[in-house]
Amino acid sequence: MMTRSRVALGLLLSCSLPSFAQESKIGNLAGDAKSGKALYRRYCVTCHGQHGDGAGENAPHLDPKPRDFTKATFKCRSTPSGSLPTDTDLYDTISRGIYNSNMPPWRPLTKQERADLVAFIKTFSTRFQEEPPVAPLSIPAEPPTSPESVQRGAQLFQDMNCWSCHGKEGRGNGPSARTLTDSKGYPILPADLTAGMHFKCGNTSQAVFRDLVTGLDGTPMPSFTDSLKPEQVWDVVHYIESLQSGGLKQHGLLQLLKGE
Amino acid sequence: MRKHWLYIITLSTLAGCFLAAGLPRSGAAASGPAPAGAIVKGTVKFQGAVPKPTHIDMSADPKCVQARPGGGMTQDIEADAKGNLQNVIVYVSQGLPGDSKFDQPQESAEIEQKGCTYQPHVVAVRANQELKVVNADNTTHNIHPMPNNNRELNQSQAPGAPLSITFAREEIAIPVRCNIHPWMRSYIAVFKNPYFAVTGKDGSFEIPNLPPGSYTITAWHEKLGTSFQKITIGESETKTIEFVFKAAPGS
Repeated sequence: MMTRSRVALGLLLSCSLPSFAQESKIGNLAGDAKSGKALYRRYCVTCHGQHGDGAGENAPHLDPKPRDFTKATFKCRSTPSGSLPTDTDLYDTISRGIYNSNMPPWRPLTKQERADLVAFIKTFSTRFQEEPPVAPLSIPAEPPTSPESVQRGAQLFQDMNCWSCHGKEGRGNGPSARTLTDSKGYPILPADLTAGMHFKCGNTSQAVFRDLVTGLDGTPMPSFTDSLKPEQVWDVVHYIESLQSGGLKQHGLLQLLKGE
Repeated sequence: MRKHWLYIITLSTLAGCFLAAGLPRSGAAASGPAPAGAIVKGTVKFQGAVPKPTHIDMSADPKCVQARPGGGMTQDIEADAKGNLQNVIVYVSQGLPGDSKFDQPQESAEIEQKGCTYQPHVVAVRANQELKVVNADNTTHNIHPMPNNNRELNQSQAPGAPLSITFAREEIAIPVRCNIHPWMRSYIAVFKNPYFAVTGKDGSFEIPNLPPGSYTITAWHEKLGTSFQKITIGESETKTIEFVFKAAPGS
């Protein structure tokens, strides 16, 4: 009886294998979903849940909530808003962790293990099989920062209504800040842009540029691809960087921003 | 690789699954000679005292106040003195043969951000139909549909900037927010077939070009829920039905 049910289970598993034959490719690394599954059950399941829906046993205690992989909506991407992330995007998020959340950097895992996890995470949504991969948005070379660039960025920060959420001074306390929820209805705070370069999807200038053009899907942070030209995005990046402690003085902008 | 081919085949089959029909206020226009089909029409009523809309304070963005001095009014239950209920989506929820094929609509639908509100408040489109998003305001908006069954996107839109979006799967209805102006709310319904309508100011709807058959007609309202009726309709017949929504107890 036991054996028969095992055989039946084995058959069932082998039948469902093709749909799990998901792979990932990160540079020269090829990830394998089967190996990723074991790792997922060891390291990820307590938050992200057995079914990848973000409803693991720790989830009720966490804020922000663990990602629901079944929706395939990801904050940190290199692709346009509404698109699937690339394998490398998922790999980078696993490696980097998400600042100000309970997602730690998983650098203790080998690169191969992280690639395997990417392959397995992709099995939770059929979108990865249905939708063709989307090319990353390009990030042009950064022009040198300058007081003029920062000033233009400050103006764009006003014009684009960034202040509605992030506040007139970038402190994350704009008039809409308290109304914000993520797409699952949980309250979410806009980033305090003065609190150091600690952003969810990386802290380099290029990462901030990318946040602005891709938006953080699943959150109120939109993509600005349709509103800003690349050089304007760089101006906003330079402005955000100038908000860091010492940044204003460094750029000689304190008086400028006071409106004198 | 084989999966990709399957995907392409599925897609092209789906794409072939759309047929013509003209619709009031739905953005999907008639294309090609449709046989004189049956028509389901009628009105949607609200029974009871219509809740007074709530005033919206737009002072957080001075440009919204400029565009709409004195602020706006909530649009969740809009009914006239006779109880004619606006912004109800009426559609055929059951009864269409599973293999019905429909042409892809060529015309685009439109949703406008004007005076820091969405117009129309409820918009219905076909799957993969272009939905033009217009920013007629002098301020930046972000359009953020939060679907369950479609891809989620969130685009910032500067004044006058062009923007078009599409949804691939049927969903009734996707809540839409502007996070910059948190009072802005709207709904986008997505249909696979062309048999739907949104009630206008007089609460009326009309679903034309229906093939004869037995159908379930459902009315959806964002606050009042859904209601359905079963009908049987013959060739070129016109059937008039009425939906009545009641105020929730205690409201």
